[in-house]
Amino acid sequence: MSDAQNLWKEHGLTKEEYDKILALLKRQPNYLELALFGVMWSEHCGYKNSKAQLRKFPVKGAQVVQGPGENAGVVRLDGKLCAAFKMESHNHPSAVEPYQGAATGVGGIIRDIFAMGARPVASLDSLRFGTLEDAHTRQLFRGVVAGVGGYGNCIGIPTVGGEVSFHPSYKGNPLLNAMCVGLVDEDKIFKGQAVGVGNIVVLVGARTGRDGIKGASFASEELSESDRDKRPNVQVGDPFMEKLLLEASLEVLEAGLVVGLQDLGAAGLTSSTVEMAGRAGNGITIDLNKVPMREKGMEPWETMLSESQERMLMVVEPSKVNALTKVFEKWDLNSAAIGTVTDDGNFTITRGGETLASVPAELLTDKVPVNIREQREPAYFKALKTADFSKLKGYGDWNELLERLLSSPNIASKRWVYEQYDCTVGVNTVVRPGSDAAVLRLPGSKKGMALAVDCNTRYTYLDPQRGGAIAVAESARNVAVSGAKPLAITNCLNFGNPEKPEIYWQFVKATDGVASACEALNTPVTGGNVSFYNEYDGQAIQPSPTIGMVGVIDDVEKRLTSSFKREGDIVLLVGESLEELGASEAHYILTGKDEGEVPVLDFDKEKALYAFLSEGADKELLSSAHDCADGGLAVALAESAIQGGIGVTLAWEDKNISVAAALFGESQSRAVVSFNSKHKGSVEALLKKHSVPFTPLGQTGGENFSINLNGALVISRALTELARVWDTTISEIMK
Amino acid sequence: MGANKAKAAVIVFPGSNCDNDAGRAIKAATGVDARFVWHRETSMEDFDLIVLPGGFSFGDYLRTGAIARYSPIMKEVIRQARRGAKVLGICNGFQILTESGMLPGALLRNRDLLFLSKDVYLRVENNNTAFTSAYKEKQVIRLPIAHGDGNYYIDDEGYKRLVGEGRVVFRYSAPDGATEGMAPNGAKGDIAGIINDHGNVLGLMPHPERHCEAILGGADGKWMFESLLNAVGGQS
Repeated sequence: MSDAQNLWKEHGLTKEEYDKILALLKRQPNYLELALFGVMWSEHCGYKNSKAQLRKFPVKGAQVVQGPGENAGVVRLDGKLCAAFKMESHNHPSAVEPYQGAATGVGGIIRDIFAMGARPVASLDSLRFGTLEDAHTRQLFRGVVAGVGGYGNCIGIPTVGGEVSFHPSYKGNPLLNAMCVGLVDEDKIFKGQAVGVGNIVVLVGARTGRDGIKGASFASEELSESDRDKRPNVQVGDPFMEKLLLEASLEVLEAGLVVGLQDLGAAGLTSSTVEMAGRAGNGITIDLNKVPMREKGMEPWETMLSESQERMLMVVEPSKVNALTKVFEKWDLNSAAIGTVTDDGNFTITRGGETLASVPAELLTDKVPVNIREQREPAYFKALKTADFSKLKGYGDWNELLERLLSSPNIASKRWVYEQYDCTVGVNTVVRPGSDAAVLRLPGSKKGMALAVDCNTRYTYLDPQRGGAIAVAESARNVAVSGAKPLAITNCLNFGNPEKPEIYWQFVKATDGVASACEALNTPVTGGNVSFYNEYDGQAIQPSPTIGMVGVIDDVEKRLTSSFKREGDIVLLVGESLEELGASEAHYILTGKDEGEVPVLDFDKEKALYAFLSEGADKELLSSAHDCADGGLAVALAESAIQGGIGVTLAWEDKNISVAAALFGESQSRAVVSFNSKHKGSVEALLKKHSVPFTPLGQTGGENFSINLNGALVISRALTELARVWDTTISEIMK
Repeated sequence: MGANKAKAAVIVFPGSNCDNDAGRAIKAATGVDARFVWHRETSMEDFDLIVLPGGFSFGDYLRTGAIARYSPIMKEVIRQARRGAKVLGICNGFQILTESGMLPGALLRNRDLLFLSKDVYLRVENNNTAFTSAYKEKQVIRLPIAHGDGNYYIDDEGYKRLVGEGRVVFRYSAPDGATEGMAPNGAKGDIAGIINDHGNVLGLMPHPERHCEAILGGADGKWMFESLLNAVGGQS
């Protein structure tokens, strides 16, 4: 039928997929049913291009309470106390309407957390943009940051950390990855399951309008100039409504009025009902006449695909519906019984007495095609492994190069960003943005929770596999330098168009790398999100597998931060610097090129570093610890000095590698620590115990930042001058 | 020390998000368990201290604090203030106090139009109030701010009156106590907090409740709750 052919295209399906639907359904679907398949089988909801690769991830561990498949992952922190956490992307909406795109990204992930019965206590985000010379990029940056702040500040969930990076590949397709973390007792975790035949399906929160229709499909296409007109595809957020929804939802959960719940995110009412039914192996029948509408005359498929924000779906025993309604009335929110849980396994949509669609729920969830796409190693992969570092090695004016690095927006202080985020609301934040990881205290516990997000996308571009592994290791290291033990991750896998074999190759390799690091470092994957089609005018972003890490520290009073604390402390490099200038920020700054071999990652060295840091923090031997990463050792030292407002006089010998590599190479598994000189023997004994190589560098004190390497004074600057450059670069650009 | 007998309430508006923090701070500083009162209530028992907490009451729609002033509980808050109860408005609470006329002036958008979240230094301009008696005169303290609308405005006459009557209680300052031009939000006269003419209603933009324990980065806010509850609580 020619009509049907047009229809499957309209719903983003291929001919093969349409044929598969016919075979599964054993009849022709009607328009509404095809719309359901279209969204549920989209990449955004169905993970059809990624599922096969995601199966590689380790998902089990003694610390894991809930792995992938629910609204969020859950990991045990202390006894019954657990963290529910997840990260999601909202990239395309942020590209066309930065404020609302970012705001609704934050709002969506918060709902995933309280859908688990957890009270959200912290947000983080990973943001990537083009470079700031471009006026449109500055507008996107300004809008996204304001949107993240606008939503989080209003709802009262502190934004405690994150990362921001800039690279031309994100110019037309910026990334917004939002992570939220909540706390819940293990015996009070809720699931998104429509259990109990005869139970009532209640839609609560905002009314349904035309906003965000086909948002899931929009996420599954490449962007181009004409997409600037796709603002109607972007949802509008109301954090005030979500605050009410959060409090009302937690109140009805606490009162025992709910058996299962789920937020309405991508593909709105469709995915929430279908997923809840699918997970429980039940059916659901809903009546569209009962859905509270914001506007008149909406078609059934519009109602089913609307992505109006601030809505939740709850499954409630019939006898408890009245009590539930009363709570929502107190909070001035709608609640409407729109359907029931059935035993026939079908997802059925009616309007009044008329049946509009009826499809076995499992066809929409479990039968999503699993595509293993063609993959091809891109030509650049081998070509860029070799690079000429003579410019960097022979640069000579190391003072000037250090200042250039500190004023690179990738390295400079992100104060302009995080000062727009309320990071102290909730009175739990004990390490605020600006250190390697955020740390929160836990109510009723001595322990603390450390949180970090990380990905160096130059690494994942040049070597997706090693870069993917390093993204996990760096986020774990960020947690470890805070004195905490890394527990588990969530992720946002942002890539270009998977139908291009080179992009799919990047995806396969990066997920290989993430999987191997999670396995080796015992940080299982508890969930996450895949975002493909991040391209603008046919140019893909750098592969960006962003990692969100949760760690736990046994005694929150023993947490560490990156800043030097007092004069006269010994400064020491933990780990070993190799002749590794490839993929470095320093080489990029001098040449504008992403090239060279990505630094080597050795999991045993990495684990030994964590063991040393954890024990050093616990025995209260260390004053500070800082991950030595982007920009290399000189930058890590400068950051610790600037943040502490304390200078350093350093002198060491390293004749195995070039001066450039010693100062600006980005060798992995390193950290800069400082400690009281009375602990010198204990610290060195601990390093030896864990077989961690180290180099004493010097002492804190004074107002200068000076480095003497192999007997030559290579860097000497007033600390205030370095601080000014590092601290004001981004705020000056954004004035 | 005997138990503090003071009675404290925290008013909860839809969109309040520092209500729990205020309760935790009062408990940490004085051991008193505050009662949380929903905005729709029309009467409540007599309290010694009533806190209007920070947040985004009614989503800050229309104008910060402009809708909350019409909440049923506000008549009761005004009644108890007339009776002499101490009323403390923090951030959005300060905005509600100016909107309801319990304090003069208004809070405008921050000068640079950006939300501002950071620690600031404040100079205690008047330690002869029930809210600040535990501070030294001209003491410099450090508290977090987190607001988009903290740019305090009052006309020149009103400003003179506030200053003349010692009702400017906190000004933004440098660590050494210099105040000139230190308001991060453009507030007139670098005003961070003011008190009413009876000395029992105080509003401030910074968050004392977020700095009541050293682990949170500072404990300078604790003395405000101690001042208040010791003044009224008959602690022995």
